[in-house]
Amino acid sequence: MEARTQNGVVLTLDHVTIKFGGLVAVNDFCLDIRKGELVGLIGPNGAGKTTVFNIVTGQYAPTSGRVLFEGQDITGWRPDLVAAAGIARTFQNVRLFTGLTVLDNVLVSQHLRLKSSFLSAAFRLPSYAKEDAEARARGMDLLQRVGLADLAREQAGSLPYGQQRRLEIARALATNPRLLLLDEPAAGMNPEETTQLMKFICRIRDEFGLTVFLIEHDMRLVMGICERIRVIDYGVSIAEGTPQEIQSDPGVIAAYLGEEED
Amino acid sequence: MKRRHLHLILTVALIGVLLLVLWWADRHLGEFPLRVARTGAIYVVAAVAYNLVNGITGQFSLGPNGFMALGGYTTALLILPLQQKQFVWFLEPQMWPFNSFSFPWYLFGLALLLAGVVGALGALVVGIPSFRLRGDYLAIATFGFGEIIFVLANNLIPLTNGPLGMKGIPEYASVFWCFGTAIVATLVVSNIANSSFGRAMKAVRDDEVAAEAMGVNVFRTKMLAFVTSGFFGGVAGGLLASLITTISPTLFTFAMTFNLLIIIVLGGLGSITGSVVTGLGFAIMSEVLRVVEAPIDLGPIHIPGVAGMRMVVFSVLLILLMIFYRRGLFGQFELSWDWVLSVLRATRGVRKWKQERKTESS
Repeated sequence: MEARTQNGVVLTLDHVTIKFGGLVAVNDFCLDIRKGELVGLIGPNGAGKTTVFNIVTGQYAPTSGRVLFEGQDITGWRPDLVAAAGIARTFQNVRLFTGLTVLDNVLVSQHLRLKSSFLSAAFRLPSYAKEDAEARARGMDLLQRVGLADLAREQAGSLPYGQQRRLEIARALATNPRLLLLDEPAAGMNPEETTQLMKFICRIRDEFGLTVFLIEHDMRLVMGICERIRVIDYGVSIAEGTPQEIQSDPGVIAAYLGEEED
Repeated sequence: MKRRHLHLILTVALIGVLLLVLWWADRHLGEFPLRVARTGAIYVVAAVAYNLVNGITGQFSLGPNGFMALGGYTTALLILPLQQKQFVWFLEPQMWPFNSFSFPWYLFGLALLLAGVVGALGALVVGIPSFRLRGDYLAIATFGFGEIIFVLANNLIPLTNGPLGMKGIPEYASVFWCFGTAIVATLVVSNIANSSFGRAMKAVRDDEVAAEAMGVNVFRTKMLAFVTSGFFGGVAGGLLASLITTISPTLFTFAMTFNLLIIIVLGGLGSITGSVVTGLGFAIMSEVLRVVEAPIDLGPIHIPGVAGMRMVVFSVLLILLMIFYRRGLFGQFELSWDWVLSVLRATRGVRKWKQERKTESS
């Protein structure tokens, strides 16, 4: 354990398997992600990519295997505890709090750091008011950094799609994560928006000192920014390597395009 | 920061004006309008708390009648004079310790507080198992809870005097008690709704999975809303017992929850100020609509009086609202000082503009 942390491994998936009834959605999955890395997870539809994310963030408990975050065993933790430990995520289809303003969406993510008690909030004691004002200032600061400050008072549900995606990432950043999981961040974006997103992901990784693990179908994004790519199919890892290696891997080509029949 | 101070001053000023109006009303209005107003204030307490669960946290509870029953019985047991207690429990003796003491008038506040605590405990007991499950189990569990309280109230004769209930409860629930509690409940609930806890509640309402992934403890958040609502439900029940001066199990049947549901849906699920307006409005309309229950003579047509006709009118109103104005009168909108000030500024701007145009043309 010690050695792993020293090597700068942030996330370890150790022989993770999950079964839903008779279906083995993820089978014996192993992965180490080092600090500061930008790792991509790709595979055909239904390969089990999002299931891997759901296991890391605690939505599912694996049938067997362990999940280690910075050397700590977080297998089967509740999602809110995983978030508090320092892992944040976005969702494949945008899941904002549509009835809240842009700023409030970001502030929800700071709730887990709140020190004031429920009663001090109910009676709006000065100690609570001060903490709330600080959270607001931090929230506005974050929105400024991701370029959404002008929209702070808009309803999240009324933003255009690209901005909603951006807000979802901002909301994840507001939990103060060290590991960020992005589930198909470029889904539904046009090429120009995708280019912006690629720059955005690289920028926040450097600015916030993040490790990024992402799922994506858009090969331009995956090949453009990921340093290492893992490919899974039917819940099994079939390849890992740099973008160049993956592009020429016969197994990957077969999984995506089907095998040639002789 | 400056704006917050301004809002605080405006709120204090508004409460001051309200108290002055109440003081005037208490001296100059007749018994009947005051009674309607007090009932309205109690509806406000219960509805605002109920809205915290159904509107703000998005959990469909059907429980307020149960919490109000707990609070009502608690208060009645605490403040019923000893002599009256002996008179009421004439079939079976009342159980200890309630047969040995009675709160004097100056402890009415404490009695209400304890009513709230008992209501909150009830909410804790129902909430813990219900919120462990996802989905609409809360509606079933809370509905069942109300029925259980009804059955208990009917049968625990040494404690509740059964179907006969209690009468001669001192009428401590003055205009000031009712409206004072309504003001406190509204302020506390709106503080909660606008706090970090309130944002977490709204996040749970909008998307439970995302809220949890952002570090919100969903179970705890729901429990906080539910227990708070149980507390104020209990307080409202206590006030109601002291206002009506008699209670029996039938006072707290599901019809009570139904009334509150109408209030919060009419006012807008999630709008606290909406619940305040419709809570008072509901009490007034209930009296105004008594007309439809009286016999009506329209020349040759004679309509005999039908008891319960008011509920038909309310139901039709609710159906119409659901068809044409689904989000209620206020939706999720809140009357806030920001809004009032912006409206004032806008009207001032328009007036100024009109004046300028006048001077230009002349």
